[in-house]
Amino acid sequence: MAATHRGRQVVRYLPVLPAAVLLLVFLAGPVLWAFHASMTNVGLTGRHARNPEWVGLENYQRLVQDPVFPLSLGLTVLFVAGSAVLGQNVLGLALAVLMRRARPAVSATVGTAVVAAWVLPEIVAAFAAYAFFSRDGTLNQLLGGLGQPETDWLYTVPMAAVVLANVWRGTAFSMLVYRAALNGVPAELTEAAQMDGAGAWQRLAYITLPVIRGSIATNLMLVTLQTLAVFTLIWVMTAGGPANGSTTLPVLAYQEAFKFGDIGYGTAVATVLIVIGGVFGAAYLRLLREQRP
Amino acid sequence: MLRRAPRTLSLLAAATLVLAACTPADPGGGNKTIKVAYQKTDSFTALDSMLQDAKKEFEAANQGVTVDLQPIQANDDDYGTKLALALRSPSTAPDVFYEDTFKVRSDVDAGYLLKLDSRLAGWGDWGKFDAGAKEAGKADDGGTYAVPLGTDTRAIWYNKKVLETAGISVPWHPSSWQDILDTARKIKAAEPDVIPFNMYAGKGTGEGTVMQGFYELLYGTGAALYDQDSKKWVVGSTGFKDSLTFLDTLYKEHLAVAPADALDPNIWKKVFGEWFPKAKLGATVEGSYAPSFWQAGGSYAWPGYAQDMGVAPFPTESGGAPGAVSMSGGWTLAVGADTKQPDLAFNFLTTALNAKNSLKFTVASSQIAVRSDVAADAGYQSANPFVKDVSGLVSVTRFRPATSDYPRISAAVQEATEAVITGKRTPEQAAADYDAAVAGIVGADKTIRK
Repeated sequence: MAATHRGRQVVRYLPVLPAAVLLLVFLAGPVLWAFHASMTNVGLTGRHARNPEWVGLENYQRLVQDPVFPLSLGLTVLFVAGSAVLGQNVLGLALAVLMRRARPAVSATVGTAVVAAWVLPEIVAAFAAYAFFSRDGTLNQLLGGLGQPETDWLYTVPMAAVVLANVWRGTAFSMLVYRAALNGVPAELTEAAQMDGAGAWQRLAYITLPVIRGSIATNLMLVTLQTLAVFTLIWVMTAGGPANGSTTLPVLAYQEAFKFGDIGYGTAVATVLIVIGGVFGAAYLRLLREQRP
Repeated sequence: MLRRAPRTLSLLAAATLVLAACTPADPGGGNKTIKVAYQKTDSFTALDSMLQDAKKEFEAANQGVTVDLQPIQANDDDYGTKLALALRSPSTAPDVFYEDTFKVRSDVDAGYLLKLDSRLAGWGDWGKFDAGAKEAGKADDGGTYAVPLGTDTRAIWYNKKVLETAGISVPWHPSSWQDILDTARKIKAAEPDVIPFNMYAGKGTGEGTVMQGFYELLYGTGAALYDQDSKKWVVGSTGFKDSLTFLDTLYKEHLAVAPADALDPNIWKKVFGEWFPKAKLGATVEGSYAPSFWQAGGSYAWPGYAQDMGVAPFPTESGGAPGAVSMSGGWTLAVGADTKQPDLAFNFLTTALNAKNSLKFTVASSQIAVRSDVAADAGYQSANPFVKDVSGLVSVTRFRPATSDYPRISAAVQEATEAVITGKRTPEQAAADYDAAVAGIVGADKTIRK
């Protein structure tokens, strides 16, 4: 009996096997490789390229002493908080709420405009953002038409430029998630609140948001993890400059691994990024679990 | 269970068939392939056309051999990265590839390059290569691992019209840094819309910042980046501070471009394509390959360049001997250490670098010839009006200390220039930052105060 039962158990998991194997090979594999490589002095060239040595935690000690690392960490937090948690998330929610009240034509136009940025491949969106903010770009031409002097946005306020660009590029995702979530808010609940005399803000704060908080947590997790990994957008717009003024952790990892050929050190930076992503992911998952009734 | 066996077997058979179709064909038999990796960009096609010619020639002479040209479309930095990634694994490493001279040493250390001495000894043309240029293909063990394609020098390129408008007589021959500043100030006063004298600085232009800028200053002060005798990196030199001070003056007095422009990685395109042809720039330090952009078929074709442009050696700080400074780089062809057909690969290299192909490439890319027969050719000497001037600089030129640490040291120099031109640090502070950075990169015991 027990054997048959176990056999059935095994068979039940068989359909999951291909997915599990794929995940192990293409996700866990590189992560483990990164952990291993970050403990060696493997390089792109030079004598350690093919025969790396085990150096233990040396790369991490160097990282702690590197003056660029705290700057880069701070910029990463700023980038994620500014463009994902505040920008994409809040703007996406606001758009979703407003679009329910707007006329269908307005709603469709706005929806198309927002989703257009999301549809573009990242490299195209990055060049579009560069063309907008650069010295001879659209923004300066518009401001010039109003008699404002030219500003080098990518040079004077690089972080603001990449944060805005990422908000523009990514808001569509949050908007779509929230539109779907708002459709799931029972109309009776909102109507009952309205009957009881709750204003628009009160209905949003006490009815809508609590009902969709599961979606909020999921959305926050997804946009945070996506934004942590943004590289192309920043690389194309500022390449991390000026004077490391927009060097987030992915950019730092790329520079160390490929510009200076220090793959071991670069993967140490990437490993820190993985850990940060893991911590955020675990925190959001916990949040989601606690909300289960 | 048994009934399923045939089906399982047929599935396995199908999988084997599919896998077999994926594995590369057996290299044996008459069909051999030589993989060649090189750089090709919209403004650099000379190498591509040379290798296309060499491919035809080589395939005609060697029946059954296919030359598989694999151009990599990337700028110099990205090309180096992509090539290094391909070289890391023997299964992706090309047989013959285009290699920057300053990567030769570290790539030999990595075991990527095949030692060519025994093969070069049997190649009649090797004697025609310039001895100085041959040095660039040598590694620390004294062996030769790469064959030079050409070399280059750096000089001041100036627009005669701009200088004449400011009342400066041409040909212009600045004899000291002060001379450059005086001229630049005159241009500034006479033509406020013109950028008088630009020098690359900051991390945006990468190696351009140091090769066409900072090193011309530094080596003209008597200081050096690296002490060959003690094999240590120089810190705390007055020359380093003087060089930063000169850049500070240029940028602070707006004799060069605005700092934001200097940090744009594409500024060199404006220099060649816009500012010089439109007489918006007085002078800048650039490579001997400058005419390749302007001549017919170049990316910024400008028929008037031969009349409008002039070239002058970059002077030493106060005119001391030897009176001029120049830097040289250049590229080579090398054979992969893991190639399965070393003889064929080397033979392809000699075909690509024979007299005919070398001449065509040297002229098309405005390189300085490294083969004596190419240098003597009338077609090379008359390729552009500046060949004689820039070739003459070979006598004073220097090469980068291309050790494995060099890319980081170079980045530290670029950072120092960026801190100065953006006004974040004074030249003294930036020099001190650089000294600390060097000690951090190579260790304090590998530095020397001079």
